[in-house]
Amino acid sequence: MATPRQELSHKTANQGATLPTEMPETLKAGQKSKLSAKNINFFYGSFQALHDISLEIPANRVTAFIGPSGCGKSTFLRTMNRMNETIRNTRVEGSLLVDGENLLSMDVTYVRRRIGMVFQKSNPFPKSIFDNVAYGLRVNGINQKSVIEEAVERSLTHAALWTEVKDKLQKPASALSGGQQQRLCIARALAVEPEVLLLDEPCSALDPIATLKIEELLFQIKHITTIVIVTHNMQQAARLADFTGFFLLGKLIEIGDTKKIFQNPGKKETEDYVTGRFG
Amino acid sequence: MTMEISSSRKLVNAVMLSLSGLCTVLVIGVLFFILGYLLVHGASSLNWAFFTQLPKPSGETGGGMANAIVGSGKILLLAAAIGVPIGLLAGVFLAEYSSKTYAFIVRYVVDLLNGVPSIVVGIVAYALIVRPMKHFSALAGGIALGIMMIPIAVRTTEEFLRAVPNSLREGAMALGATRAKTIFTVVVPAAISGLASGMMLNLARVAGETAPLLFTALGNTFWSKGYLTPIATLPVMIYNYAIAPQEDLHQQAWAGGFVLLTLVLVINVTARMIIARGPASQRR
Amino acid sequence: MASSTYIADTLHRPANRSFLARLRGGDEVSYLLTLAATVTILLVVGLIVTELWMNSQPTVKAFGWHFLATSDWDPNAGKFGALPFIYGTCVTSFLALLIAVPLGVASAVFLAEMAPPKLSNILTFLIELLAAVPSVIYGLLGIFVLVPLIRAYLVPVLKGAFGYLPLFEGSFYGVSFLSAGLVLSIMVVPFIISVSREVLLAVPVEQREAALALGATKWETTWDIVLPNASNGIFGSVFLALARALGETMAVTMVIGNTPRITASLMSPGYSIAAVIANEFAEASGDLYVSSLIFLGLVLFGLTIVINAVARLFILTTTRRGGG
Repeated sequence: MATPRQELSHKTANQGATLPTEMPETLKAGQKSKLSAKNINFFYGSFQALHDISLEIPANRVTAFIGPSGCGKSTFLRTMNRMNETIRNTRVEGSLLVDGENLLSMDVTYVRRRIGMVFQKSNPFPKSIFDNVAYGLRVNGINQKSVIEEAVERSLTHAALWTEVKDKLQKPASALSGGQQQRLCIARALAVEPEVLLLDEPCSALDPIATLKIEELLFQIKHITTIVIVTHNMQQAARLADFTGFFLLGKLIEIGDTKKIFQNPGKKETEDYVTGRFG
Repeated sequence: MTMEISSSRKLVNAVMLSLSGLCTVLVIGVLFFILGYLLVHGASSLNWAFFTQLPKPSGETGGGMANAIVGSGKILLLAAAIGVPIGLLAGVFLAEYSSKTYAFIVRYVVDLLNGVPSIVVGIVAYALIVRPMKHFSALAGGIALGIMMIPIAVRTTEEFLRAVPNSLREGAMALGATRAKTIFTVVVPAAISGLASGMMLNLARVAGETAPLLFTALGNTFWSKGYLTPIATLPVMIYNYAIAPQEDLHQQAWAGGFVLLTLVLVINVTARMIIARGPASQRR
Repeated sequence: MASSTYIADTLHRPANRSFLARLRGGDEVSYLLTLAATVTILLVVGLIVTELWMNSQPTVKAFGWHFLATSDWDPNAGKFGALPFIYGTCVTSFLALLIAVPLGVASAVFLAEMAPPKLSNILTFLIELLAAVPSVIYGLLGIFVLVPLIRAYLVPVLKGAFGYLPLFEGSFYGVSFLSAGLVLSIMVVPFIISVSREVLLAVPVEQREAALALGATKWETTWDIVLPNASNGIFGSVFLALARALGETMAVTMVIGNTPRITASLMSPGYSIAAVIANEFAEASGDLYVSSLIFLGLVLFGLTIVINAVARLFILTTTRRGGG
């Protein structure tokens, strides 16, 4: 059931990296693994931000990363679609595989098409609603009008936004409310049919109602993609996620079934965090 | 113990306020005087002939500056074709690709270029183009003005591109766009109103330049075909007529000045209004 | 859905793009093209300096640096001395600053400190339009409006009150150092105002509030606190204005008289570097004549570089202080 080992990228510091001693708890009983990380170390210059992180992200499920501020959960998220490479002087070591293929040695724009991201603060382009959703398709070479139109409608529907904007697709995206803009960003990410969708605290700038709408749609779309969400809101993780990972000081302390993490955590640090003793 | 502001301090305050206000009024007054005088004098000298006729040979009265107006247009076209692309691309490099050291060097050199007196740019264009070609030309004039457009084009582009928030770049790259596509399909369009108005201001400034054209484009009393012959331009013709002895040429100089100033001011005001409404118009 | 498979198929490309595919993506092309643009600019400036230097050589070889100290300018006799032009440039610029700096700084103070913001913005807008007026138009107004006005009103007053000074000796024919200086001052004032105003506005509010809270009047706050804070930046603006004045060609050449002369009297016609180049370059014949004019251009360029550098130094030290 373990994913076949591929060749490690030239960025790997240690040749022949060791497997974690325990099978990550996310993979059990025939669960398919979408993304597999082994011994990921990440450096900003000489500062090590992530220490030896190994985990499996199961396909078509919601995995949440929780932990106090600065624990590295967002950094790890951004490692998964190599967004950290846009910052100078950063370095990744270890192995990152998606469907068994080495993520770190692929062409980076290809990686980002397959692994999409929604950011903490919504960032629609100063273009129309339609052009926003269509952007990813166009930039990846799809130009047929009918194909684009159909994809835009489909993505907006998945993002629970279609009925609200279908009559004003040519209006600027900036005219939408904060919650709508974030759903637009989700639609924009979905349009290129990513296999994994990464969300970095997508609701932290939104009111409870907008948050609820997004949580509902995430629940729906996990069937068409795999979701990894970073959140500082434990209740959100408890509501939404099938699996949860707890990060602390750049290390992955524990990852597993959400119920177990919250009700019967294996590590003391996890228990301290989820019971509110710190963070 | 109560301390009231002494009346002398109040007096000084009031006097200074009035004095400084007076200075401002004086300065503004000059502006209105310029505009007003030019309006009256220039507009009264304007007639249809001004816009449609060529200059008459010396001795005869009448005629117009049609060739100068067209000539200015031709030269400005060439200048923009040189200055805008170079300035824009260089600005993109400085804002999106460059290392800090190289950017510092380039910016310094651009500032240097900006400080070159316009007459000196004319000299260089003369040495590089007019002398080898053995005659004056619109080409030389256009190149001189194009070179003068570069520094402001670079600065404007870099400034407005940097103002585009990084979250937009990240959003595009997260969808699989390459750096280049991100820059040219997201960042530049986001800055476009600032860039356009910056280029307009640039063009307006260069449209009024006379000195670099004096020994590059020189002048022509007839129509000029193509770019390889001397050509009449509005500012140069105004200058030549103003220092000529004939009174009716003076009248034409006023008319020309009116047209030039109107053009320059209209472009300026429009461009500044676009900038003022700028990215603010993107969010309602 | 059918089209869904189409997208998936189209987007599912090989993990590593071929060289051609990457080329189409544009990253290399974009980088090289934009880099080339910056290199072009560097080359152009290098070319300018080289051309100026090389074309000045005949004069440098014939006269050396004496060129700058000689006042003999007789092209027909092969005599070339730059002093009259340097003198004229300095006199007119100095006169221009003498008038424009107090006027400009006072206006800037009014606009930044005293005037209500709305009024200030409108007036600033108008003043920035003044800065956009082309030089030749100032020249036009100089010849036909300013000079007659000076002749009719200013000169009698000056002669009446200060006629004994060598400064105001001699007859006034219109074109003169005085006229050129005055036109220059009008041209340079908007510059001083807009830069000074920005520098003044950049002085942190906390500094002003501290003074006002102690009971200082608006003027006292401005004079004692704001201006000292902004002084570096204002000096910078003055130097920038000077650099501009030095290079001004058209307006000056239209009202200065175009006569190479060194005299204390402002009433006399004179010449400036930019003006002599503008007037005589097109008809200059003979290597020495042309190279002398070009050398003059180089001198002017050198002057503006130095002054701009000084200006930048001043402005840099202000913003650092203002921010700290």
